[in-house]
Amino acid sequence: MKGNEAIAEAAINAGCLYYFGYPITPQTEISEYMAKRMPKVGGLCLQAESEISAINMTMGAAASGARAMTSSSSPGISLKSEGISYIAGCDLPCLIVNVQRGGPGLGGIQPSQSDYYQATRGVGHGDLRLIVLAPSSVQEMASLTAEAFDLADTYRMPAMLLADGALGQMMEPVDFSLFEKREVPEKEWAANGHGGKRKKNIVNSLFIDPQELENSVMKRYERYKIVEQKEVKYEEYMTDDADIVLVAFGITARICKSAIAAVRKDGIKAGLLRPITLWPFPKKEIGALADRAKAFLTVEMNMGQMVDDVRLAVNGKKPVDLYTRTGGMIPSVDEVEEKIRAMAASL
Amino acid sequence: MVPKNGAPAVTVICGHYGAGKTNVAVNLAIASRRTGRATYLADVDIVNPYFRAADAAEMLRREGVEPLIPLFANSNVDIPALPPLLTSLIEGCGNEKIVVDVGGDDGAVVLGRYAEAIRRRGYEMICVVNRFRPLTASPEDAVEGTREIEAASGLRVTGIVNNSSLGEETSPEDILGSVPYAEEIARLLEVPLVGHAFIPEITGDLSEDRRFTGLTLIPMKRATKSLF
Repeated sequence: MKGNEAIAEAAINAGCLYYFGYPITPQTEISEYMAKRMPKVGGLCLQAESEISAINMTMGAAASGARAMTSSSSPGISLKSEGISYIAGCDLPCLIVNVQRGGPGLGGIQPSQSDYYQATRGVGHGDLRLIVLAPSSVQEMASLTAEAFDLADTYRMPAMLLADGALGQMMEPVDFSLFEKREVPEKEWAANGHGGKRKKNIVNSLFIDPQELENSVMKRYERYKIVEQKEVKYEEYMTDDADIVLVAFGITARICKSAIAAVRKDGIKAGLLRPITLWPFPKKEIGALADRAKAFLTVEMNMGQMVDDVRLAVNGKKPVDLYTRTGGMIPSVDEVEEKIRAMAASL
Repeated sequence: MVPKNGAPAVTVICGHYGAGKTNVAVNLAIASRRTGRATYLADVDIVNPYFRAADAAEMLRREGVEPLIPLFANSNVDIPALPPLLTSLIEGCGNEKIVVDVGGDDGAVVLGRYAEAIRRRGYEMICVVNRFRPLTASPEDAVEGTREIEAASGLRVTGIVNNSSLGEETSPEDILGSVPYAEEIARLLEVPLVGHAFIPEITGDLSEDRRFTGLTLIPMKRATKSLF
């Protein structure tokens, strides 16, 4: 099925019964699929009047304890950013999907990875983090969607699936049973009606007393620390003996794998580390590779954003080179191959 | 107005999005050209941003098929502007074959603008079905989708092509298992089942597989290129 449909179906399988969307290419199939399927499973698909409404409806549904999600593409995520910050400030779990397209501004409708900074640094105001998952196949569009809901519920925080237009539009077979289901805590905080039987639950991100706000942020950061310790996900491909380690996420990682297989035939020892969680970022793992490898190459569909995290992880131990295309252009296998060959020649 | 070789001037390829319409359309256009008939392939997909017939333009030109592509296909301009030559061709009276690759589902609404001329000209409308697409996985759902396409386009489906596929992972058994599905859709729609499409590069040559004896097979080439 299509990547966008896989997200929608996986979300429904994960018990998400509330979807709030607003159409934008290249993710509209998510809304379309939800509109067809949700009524059949007793759920709700609502096309809001704007992205801002959609994210705030998602916040409302999440506050009631339901599994809720919204999806958009780059400019739409910018519009949602205020709501995302409120959701983080209210400690609410939900899923936000960004099927990225070229930017800045209205940009274009072709695939891109240029919202890396936004997803991992600045998706809303205030001190906050999102768990950011980067699928690189239609299968992962499904399995990481399922996992994102569990992670969000476990840590009471919003999770983002950061995909791109190519993954959203392309078609591959999917097995919906392929993910690790985990036990998630009861939502005792949910504002779902106390019925006079328990204390009121209040969901809120406003703190009048600055000390109280600092305490709440610090408490949240304790949780973020646990996420960083326990939830880093990545894939290594031929890194055991690699002199050149490529770092790429999403669709770009697929392209890198083909390039690596090609240069390996000529004896060039290249490998790939693919971050699956962009936050938490696999810092330690990249740091460990920096002790063995001779050089790094980050490949991205933007002007070089993740490369900052790679450089922090490598910590100056080895050179970190960069190959990028942007504006909706996708690097070809040949281009990446050529770049690796040029690096190998100068090692 | 009936073309000299008897086959209708216009062949419309429609279906649920992702059913594999473009692959079928591209291969059918090439097959038509190989009979010696001037052939155009019109990509009138106004709903899909990428992975479309425009991607196969080079392959089509190599085969002598003239691709007619929306003016802004594969660019960042999300405007469904169709080429004026398409109107001239459909409203004309030459002997050429025009294969029209339509966008998925209600993307067929674009045909409404040409429906009268297409009807006048003589047409066949082939609905491509794929059992492995979740929203058309049952014959009943596929028929419902087909009826919506007919309503949107103002044209009647005249035949179906079974293109049940799991992409690169398609096995002969997958296609074999989809035969009753396709036959049931044809029965419900009361139109002929034109055949079962497959890509020999992926499944091997099914015409040599005895389990397919008696079935009409449509071998196809890959019309779109992988990114990786």
